[in-house]
Parts: sequence; structure tokens; C-alpha cells
Amino acid sequence: MMLSYVKPDNPGQACSFFLNIILFCHLPFIFEGRNPYYNKTVMFIDYYKILGINRTATPNEIKGAYRKLARKHHPDLHPNDINAKKNFQQINEANEVLSDPEKRRKYDQYGEDWKHADEFENAKQYHEQSSNRRGQSYSGAQSQGDFSDFFESMFGGATNGGRTRQVKYRGEDYNAELHLNLTEAYKTHKQTLTVNGKNIRITIPAGIENGQTIKISGHGGPGINGGPDGDLYISFSVANHPKIKRLGDNLYTTADLDLYTAILGGEITIETLDGKVKLKVKPETQNGSKIKLKGKGFPVYKNQGQFGDLYVTYAIIIPTNLTDKQKALFTDLSKS
Amino acid sequence: MQSEYLIAVEEFCSIHNVDISFIRSLKQTGLIEVTTIKEAGFINAAQLQQLEKFIRFYYELDINLEGIETITHLLQRISYMQEEIRMLKNRLRLYETNE
Repeated sequence: MMLSYVKPDNPGQACSFFLNIILFCHLPFIFEGRNPYYNKTVMFIDYYKILGINRTATPNEIKGAYRKLARKHHPDLHPNDINAKKNFQQINEANEVLSDPEKRRKYDQYGEDWKHADEFENAKQYHEQSSNRRGQSYSGAQSQGDFSDFFESMFGGATNGGRTRQVKYRGEDYNAELHLNLTEAYKTHKQTLTVNGKNIRITIPAGIENGQTIKISGHGGPGINGGPDGDLYISFSVANHPKIKRLGDNLYTTADLDLYTAILGGEITIETLDGKVKLKVKPETQNGSKIKLKGKGFPVYKNQGQFGDLYVTYAIIIPTNLTDKQKALFTDLSKS
Repeated sequence: MQSEYLIAVEEFCSIHNVDISFIRSLKQTGLIEVTTIKEAGFINAAQLQQLEKFIRFYYELDINLEGIETITHLLQRISYMQEEIRMLKNRLRLYETNE
């Protein structure tokens, strides 16, 4: 099983953080735990550069620059865009520091030399004392996961909200991607997922489509200040089958047919997702001709007992390495 | 029969610290639906996420109601187009060759 995820962005707003889960069949998948980047090398972040202002910018200029960038990158305006969320997180963080005179002073003073332990301690102490003061921010309630390691190292973690109002927020929505193969998507089956330490058993209905998303209510991030929990959205990535293609509820496959069966007719066996099927081949079947097997296609999503159709295209295989006798027979045939 | 979860407009406004006139304006523009029961307004819980988004647009991004309406239409279009892309990608998979 392979698992990867990126940091949450803006929890507390309905916006989500994105989890990519690559699941190898029949194993329960897990996504939990904290920031995997925590032990990474912490880099200095130039907040002035992020807001596109110079170091002498006035509070009004900071506010103006922030508003402009926030309107451009707010995650609500960029659904399902991870980059927009990352950009917005940086902008928010820059504003959190630069719009607060105390934080800005410390940042200006120690910014590039933030590794000095004494300053860290002072900064953390300051953070604890000032947790009730807020700079203006568009993020709504936030958790520590919203801020960079640089910010957390310097200021001891995030404040728990950018807005001055004490507001109940719905928890963040989680987005996960689940990889299935076509055979798995063909049958209704159950999967056990572990989300933030809680096991959820979900039923994946047969007929789920590639790219389709299902919502599992109340299994996202916890609500903030007593708000309702967010939802878990699972997007399905259904891999192609080596022999069978799918379009909606219909399946398409190609069956090899030897020349003699194509000419004289007969019977062949083809593989479907539901097992092997015997087909009667009409005499004088043409190469590329197509037949429809009604009800042998993909199950219709959430319509038990209903199936699409299976289309079989015949590919006639011309015999090779003919013996002299066979060549003579074909010659006779061509003259008849 | 499916039950509907309704939240009283007054309670919602008090929790979110928003003006009740904002909810009325959203209702007038057709952006949300408010159910009236015995003269009290209620919001369906299914609209909560959308409503919170409108609050962020209005109070945090300083976008007025006309702007919110425009953005909502555009976001809907993005959503339809994303769905169309998904369907087209699935159609394209018919012609992809497998290794």
C-alpha cells in the first residue's frame, strides 16, 4: 500500500486538504498522522516578497496587497486546485506576520537569523501571551497545520483564528483518491478506511466511474468551536483493463477470430469481467464487424440488476507460414 | 421519507455573527432558499457549506452580492466543465492503448 498527502490548507473553511491514496487491492488503507514535513529543513520565507511589497510598506499597503492577493487565490474561488490553496496559505501566513506590529518587528529583527534559540523562546513566549490578539486574516479558524515550519519555529505555531469574531466553523473537508481496477469497480465491495484514527467501513457500489467522487458525511475534520464535522470526499481512479474498455455502462472488447471460423462459422470463447462467455460466430463474418451482447456490460451505478452492453469487435487473424499444400488450396480457391 | 435538517436563520446568524439582512439579501437574489415555518425562517443544512462560503466572500473578501452572484454562476460553470472533462477523458480512454 502506498500513501501520500499534502498538508491541510485552511481547515475551518469548507475547503479541503488533499490526500492521495494509492491502494493495492483488498488492503485497507490508512491516512492519518501529522505533518510528514515536520522534520524537513526549515527554510526562511520572505513574507514581503510573497505579498509583493517592500520592507517599508505601511499597514495600509500590507492590507491592500493582502486583500488583492486573497481575492485572487482564495480556495473558495479555485475548487480542487491544490496550488491555489498552497498560495493562499503562504499569503495568509505573510499577512499574519506583517499585519501584526509585534510579529512584524520580530520578523524584521530576527527573520533571517531565526535559528537563534533565545529568540525562539522569546517569540514563543510572546505567542502564548498574545494568542488572544489577532491580525486580520481571511482564513477563518486555523490549525497549526496551516502554517509553515518556518512560522511555527519562529512564532510557536498558529493562532487559532484570523477573524476577530468567535465563530463556529464546519470542519475541513478531506479529499482522498482511491485507485481501483476495472474488475474491482465491477462488483459492489466493502473497504475499511482509517481516517484520523477512526475506522470507517464503506461500501463501494458496483459501477463507480473513473473520476467519480462520493461524499461520506461527517468524516472530515472536526468542527471548530462546536461547528459540525466536515465531510470526506473520495474520488475514484479506475484503471483501464488490458483487454476491455469501458464507456459509461458499456464495455468494448476485441475478439480474435481465425480465418476458417470467420468464413465457415463456429463457436469461440471470450473473456468478460463476469467470466468466460461462449459466442456463436456466423458464417462469412467480416473483419471489424461488431456484435452486441445485451446486459453483459458494466453494472449501472446504484441500479442493482441493471447492466450495460458488451460490444465485441472481431479481428480476423490471417494464417501465416502456410505449407505448399495450403498455398495450393488457396490458389485453387481464388480461381474457383 | 427523507428527513430534512433545518437550522433557524436567527440561530445561524447568531452563531456566525452575521446580520440577518445578509441572509434576506441572499434569499432575494435566489442564492439560498429559506423555508418559513410559523413565521420563522429556516435554512436547510444542505445549504450550510454554500452559505458559509457566501459569508467568507462577503465579510472576508469584501465581495458584494452582485459579485457573489457572478462568482457562483462562474463556479457552477467550472463545475459543469470539470464534469464534462471527466466524461471526455473517460471517452478518450477507449482509444488509449494498454502496455
